[in-house]
Amino acid sequence: MDAQTVIAKRIALELRPGMLVNLGIGIPTLVANYVPAGMNVFFQSENGLIGTGPVPEDGMAHPMLTDAGGRPVSALPGACTFDSAMSFGLIRGGHLDMTVLGGLQVDQHGLLANWMIPGKMVPGMGGAMDLVTGARRVIVAMQHSAKGKPKILTACTLPLTSVRPVDLVVTELAVIAFPEGRPTLLETAPGVSVQQVLDATEAKLAVPADVPTMNIH
Amino acid sequence: METILLQEAVEKIPHGASLMIGGFMGVGTPERVIDELVRQGKRDLTVIANDNAMPGRGIGKLVSAGLLRRTIASHIGLNPETQQQMIAGRLQVDLVPQGTLIERIRAGGFGLGGVLTPTGVGTLVEDGKQKVAIDGKDFLVEPALRADFALVHAFLADYLGNLCYALTARNFNPVIAMAADTVIATAENIVPVGVIPPDQVVTPAPLVDYLVANP
Repeated sequence: MDAQTVIAKRIALELRPGMLVNLGIGIPTLVANYVPAGMNVFFQSENGLIGTGPVPEDGMAHPMLTDAGGRPVSALPGACTFDSAMSFGLIRGGHLDMTVLGGLQVDQHGLLANWMIPGKMVPGMGGAMDLVTGARRVIVAMQHSAKGKPKILTACTLPLTSVRPVDLVVTELAVIAFPEGRPTLLETAPGVSVQQVLDATEAKLAVPADVPTMNIH
Repeated sequence: METILLQEAVEKIPHGASLMIGGFMGVGTPERVIDELVRQGKRDLTVIANDNAMPGRGIGKLVSAGLLRRTIASHIGLNPETQQQMIAGRLQVDLVPQGTLIERIRAGGFGLGGVLTPTGVGTLVEDGKQKVAIDGKDFLVEPALRADFALVHAFLADYLGNLCYALTARNFNPVIAMAADTVIATAENIVPVGVIPPDQVVTPAPLVDYLVANP
């Protein structure tokens, strides 16, 4: 199983029936592929859609039905559309049960940096700051390291996205949460040891007596 | 409301105007108005919009033609030309969180001085802004935004100027239609009065100043 699949499958275990969920671009988008059979989850695209469905087959795309990256999507039965004020009212107003975003860095308190690299990459924050500030539950989907360097750090060196800590970080190695502001190793990926996770993490992780393996297959 | 030819509509926009333009990565942008702005070479524009689309599409065409002096947007990541002009100092780019941007526009259209939002507190977005605490929680004071013109693209317009939108092409359009001194609308289809049921009208006719005739 490749890194992205591990991350997407594990995050899919966080889905519950009836949830309203926003998936970011990249790895987060893959989570939609692993919704448990028969479970109804509402996916929001922040450009104004609840009920986002899979990419349409060739020739079936509608130029006015797109995701937040401007790519064609479909709409599931029961979908609805709305303007951007409503869309961000849903996000900031606490109506969004869960958001899954990519990350550049996460610090030991769970603070996320994911919107710019000064001098190198200044794409704009888009909806990321609103999502992290307003969603009821924030999950970061990211590779554990970048070019061999840890991304889960004592302190972020990049500009923060929000001062609201994230709830869960899922990587191809581990699941990490921040109970009482402490970075804590909750699970390891299949075939990954606790020591491997600790070696790849700069933040000092608390390790409970029992660290189960991710329940993914 | 007045129906108008495309060329005449764009002639009403002076150099240096501030424009709110509907669309999200080009979806729901009045593409014909953009093309005519380029053809007439309207310059020194300030464009307030979600993003700068991409080269060859929507607002991206205005960027490529070098017509922008300033843009206020939430995302420019898919338009390398905006980033190049920004780095070269030819284009001022103000990046605003998307939810804050749309609320500032909404405030401008709804007669409010601005909004209080938790988004951006404790980040670079906070720099230079007033912060207030309400019930122990911090909010940034984000001022209202208005523009000289709103360029709106609808799915249906009736002869009076009532508008409704399609799917994700709605996005910023109905909100900017409230927040500009002059509203210019285009529509995929222009239909007789009564075809759009009252419950389906999103932008009421009195908000629209000019409806651009379809070719």
